[in-house]
Amino acid sequence: MKPFRTHRGLVAPLDRINVDTDQIIPKQFLKRIERTGFGQFLFYDWRFAADGKKSGDFILDEPRYAGASILVAGKNFGCGSSREHAVWALADFGFRAVISSSFADIFANNSTKNGFLTVLLREDEVGELMRRAREVNDYQLTIDLEQCEVRDDQGFCTKFPIDDFVRHCLLNGLDDIGLTLQHEAEIASYETVHPPPSALQARHP
Amino acid sequence: MSAKKTLFEKIWNAHLVAQPAGRSPIIYIDLHLVHEVTSPQAFDGLREAGRKVRQPARTVATVDHNIPTEPRGTPITDLIAARQIAALQANCKEFGVRLFDMDSPEQGIVHVIGPELGLTQPGMTIVCGDSHTSTHGAFGSLAFGIGTSEVEHVLATQCLAQQQPKTMKIDVRGRLADGVTAKDLALGIIGQIGTDGASGHVIEYCGDAVRSLSMEGRMTLCNMSIEAGARAGMVAPDETTFAYVKGKRFAPQGKEWESAVDYWRSLPTDEGAAFDKVVEMDAAQLSPFVTWGTNPGMVAPVTGRVPEVGSLGDSERRSTELALQYMGLEPGKRIEDIGIDRVFIGSCTNSRLEDLRSAARVAKGHHVSAKVRAMVVPGSQTVKRAAEDEGLHQIFLDAGFEWRESGCSMCLGMNPDILQPGERCASTSNRNFEGRQGRGGRTHLVSPMMAAAAAIAGHFTDIRDWKFR
Ligand code: SF4
Repeated sequence: MKPFRTHRGLVAPLDRINVDTDQIIPKQFLKRIERTGFGQFLFYDWRFAADGKKSGDFILDEPRYAGASILVAGKNFGCGSSREHAVWALADFGFRAVISSSFADIFANNSTKNGFLTVLLREDEVGELMRRAREVNDYQLTIDLEQCEVRDDQGFCTKFPIDDFVRHCLLNGLDDIGLTLQHEAEIASYETVHPPPSALQARHP
Repeated sequence: MSAKKTLFEKIWNAHLVAQPAGRSPIIYIDLHLVHEVTSPQAFDGLREAGRKVRQPARTVATVDHNIPTEPRGTPITDLIAARQIAALQANCKEFGVRLFDMDSPEQGIVHVIGPELGLTQPGMTIVCGDSHTSTHGAFGSLAFGIGTSEVEHVLATQCLAQQQPKTMKIDVRGRLADGVTAKDLALGIIGQIGTDGASGHVIEYCGDAVRSLSMEGRMTLCNMSIEAGARAGMVAPDETTFAYVKGKRFAPQGKEWESAVDYWRSLPTDEGAAFDKVVEMDAAQLSPFVTWGTNPGMVAPVTGRVPEVGSLGDSERRSTELALQYMGLEPGKRIEDIGIDRVFIGSCTNSRLEDLRSAARVAKGHHVSAKVRAMVVPGSQTVKRAAEDEGLHQIFLDAGFEWRESGCSMCLGMNPDILQPGERCASTSNRNFEGRQGRGGRTHLVSPMMAAAAAIAGHFTDIRDWKFR
């Protein structure tokens, strides 16, 4: 996993609440069996007309937000299905983080597994960043995971909460599976006491 | 710490494998369900790292999300879907995982076949790369959806590193009136607490109205916990649960059954155990519901109206206006005046035998409106056979419904069953997001009875006034 320490980048505002994973990556693009190549389909139904042409009126297609790597969005971001494709699409498009006042649980979980940061701020702070991203040209933010801080060059600076262990993994780009397997002895002893039910052990064709 | 524990805490504690200092606890997973859409990248990850599936016996796969619902044997014309299905077949073979494939008599939606085969049992931890895994909580298990990285994690370790979620009790007093179903209860709850009302929590549904639900009703209710933002939903196991599980193919037998039931009886929440959050509701206040917007919390009683936007706060107003615009509805319109083009009865929320029975009862002796195309998609091959044994398919066919093969179908339209732009659908599924059932399609979530009645009337209608024949 790609470590996340400090990131500075252009901010794009997505002024909507309840942005669901069907919107982030519509299901017709879930059929790929790879992890890559989803960025082109990000927010597809909002960005492209039915004939596949860019509709041009979606915020991310405005030239001033080209190359944005931080998304600011309304509450309950990432609700809906468990598809990790939503995170893959955001990351593949070039985003490293989303800032919102709340995230759906599974989306937030999936993010951490991909070195992608969900930054939780208060609703008024999110509103303020949204305003600055709209009004200030080339509006840049620094997300500093070491200090747990979001700041800009105009005096905005705030802390954000994050679970210590999640932070530790993100900072070091640690592979979860490897970490769990450090507990091989405990897993094995649990399994000795709790073998799979006999009905499931029977051979299957 | 108090000795009194909730159902959730008992299951959580029983599955703790390790609690490394400063890190998320590691819990053991009893059953891992797998399907074609969220697993290919996970199996790839295993291969790349040279890992095996740790517990093939605890891993069960099926194909459901993108398979066609035409008669089996019809070739799959969508080549990318076919590639995904082929990938699952190959992965199951390579890693020794049990697969209920396209041609299996037990194939079906993963959340329908788990319970039906007796794989789902009280007290278990169950995960699947699918958010509606919450369905299995109806049995008093801890069941939740995970992403693909976590699918890989469970395949490799049979464990998950998880923060302990908070607990929330939803206590529904009284009883549901005739025509008001588990689906309406679910929609009523989401309408009240909102689509993020239970974020970070595991819900336990309690109260008389919940206790008197059948297992199928409990599954419908727990299924939509995720639409309220919850990590999982659960109902304590009781005699209704045991009677359902008993005799199922993978259920414990003989002596094992007795000791399993003894254990399951110890699971319900202790009197006086504390929850982080409590919500109380009165079942008598609920009516048949219809969603009018683009998330499941945008809901109104069938006798009600689409909201006026004037009274709402800024961000709510904006999202309501966007939703109404997408849905092609004017503020204040009566729900019963909304005409429909399509009806979908199916999905892991409402495609079990009881759902089909209730829809058939409504459809019997009537005919689908000339301007409506209606389809019934049983949740599994087992449901389909049972329905056909009772003659339900004939009732549907006589009434002008299509009767199809099992799968997720138009719930998310990854197969050819989709809405055309602007088409309006009464659907028994769980999500009414923009484009969910097809780009530009407009979805209204309802119960199976309400969907069947809408198919016949051509618009939404209060099932409580229905003339059953
Ligand atoms: S029926 Fe719908 S919600 Fe259920 S598993 Fe299939 S796609 Fe998901």
